[in-house]
Amino acid sequence: MLAANPFAALSAFLSPLIPQAYVVAMVLLVAAGTVYDMLHKGSARYFFDSWDAMKRRGVRRVGGGEMLGLALATAAEALASGEFCSTRRRIAHLLTMYGFAAYAVTTAVLVFCYPTPATPAPAIWPEVWSVGALMICVGGYWFWFFIRVDVAAEGNSPWRVVRADLFILSLLASATLALFWAYAQVSGSAWALPLLGLYLIATTVLFGSVPWSKFSHMFFKPAAAFEKRVADANGSRNNLPAPADLPATFGSVRRQPRHY
Amino acid sequence: MPTFVYMTRCDGCGHCVDICPSDIMHIDKTYRRAVNIEPNMCWECYSCVKACPQNAIDVRGYADFAPLGHSVRVLREERKGTISWKVKFRDGREKDFESPIRTTPWDSIKPPQDYAPPGPAELASQSLAHEPDSLKIPGGLPALGKHPLKRRDS
Repeated sequence: MLAANPFAALSAFLSPLIPQAYVVAMVLLVAAGTVYDMLHKGSARYFFDSWDAMKRRGVRRVGGGEMLGLALATAAEALASGEFCSTRRRIAHLLTMYGFAAYAVTTAVLVFCYPTPATPAPAIWPEVWSVGALMICVGGYWFWFFIRVDVAAEGNSPWRVVRADLFILSLLASATLALFWAYAQVSGSAWALPLLGLYLIATTVLFGSVPWSKFSHMFFKPAAAFEKRVADANGSRNNLPAPADLPATFGSVRRQPRHY
Repeated sequence: MPTFVYMTRCDGCGHCVDICPSDIMHIDKTYRRAVNIEPNMCWECYSCVKACPQNAIDVRGYADFAPLGHSVRVLREERKGTISWKVKFRDGREKDFESPIRTTPWDSIKPPQDYAPPGPAELASQSLAHEPDSLKIPGGLPALGKHPLKRRDS
């Protein structure tokens, strides 16, 4: 099952251009949704106002080379999910983030480069697609049922759903239904077509709901982390005091919050 | 003024929910970020401000030492055992303070529940728990002699 390209079988009843057009439409939806989000919430204006204030408060100027180094350090931190203070959240985020990257990239490769059975895909691409979807499921369901803060710290039911869950739920639905659909497609089940419909609905919600979900955090979070690093470098430090000039010899007392 | 949360910095870790003695720091049901649900009941103890790993919570300093237009921010470094404060006044003056919060590793002090319960003789004693050993005074506690204004050893 893992080595079969589920998108190639679509060419039996669909022109390869239709899945390709769908992928392009999803990319455009994400771009348009992110721009609308920035304009509607004023997040870009807030970021640049905050950036200017941080530069005004700075006690030293950060040069271009140093800025580049800070940008690279921010990118390294984002790629390792280093901003999380909880190890469990960090592992779950890494699984979901790299799972999504593998899942999205291989979907595009399979749809554009190997759209029909006449162009068989090397086994590695469908395998990475399946493993990516599985990683999303492992990290996402772990987060959803055990780690997310209103369940872990507030004692709410994991079944309670609000608008803030739009991103994680649509992502999980897309990955889960993708795996079920691929299995049904390969095994020749009659459920393949209904599952394909549900998979497309979940994926359209995932990419089309950017203005209302936290999908665009992948753009905003690194920008905020970069600003924080520059604030540390220019001495403004968001008005925080400088770290104490002492060795870190006492260990940590931080434990998982269990308030309820 | 009670605590408020910078939503762009909060990652919803729940440490402030855990530490708040008034139980008024909670996770917003829509945005999944920390929020002070009852500002009137906040006594500005700074517990959440110090506990936040992202320094995402702020509170206006008490008016008796910092009038309007100032900034008071705090950095707690539990691995170093320190807490640092920076006060920026509206006329541009800055004051920095740094204090130790402990001198031994975390969890190195035996909690009360790990000690044996006191017996009747200990309960009837004038000494507090673990005294006089915990006072670390050679020769034990000083005591008054028969004459109330004259020390026994003089």
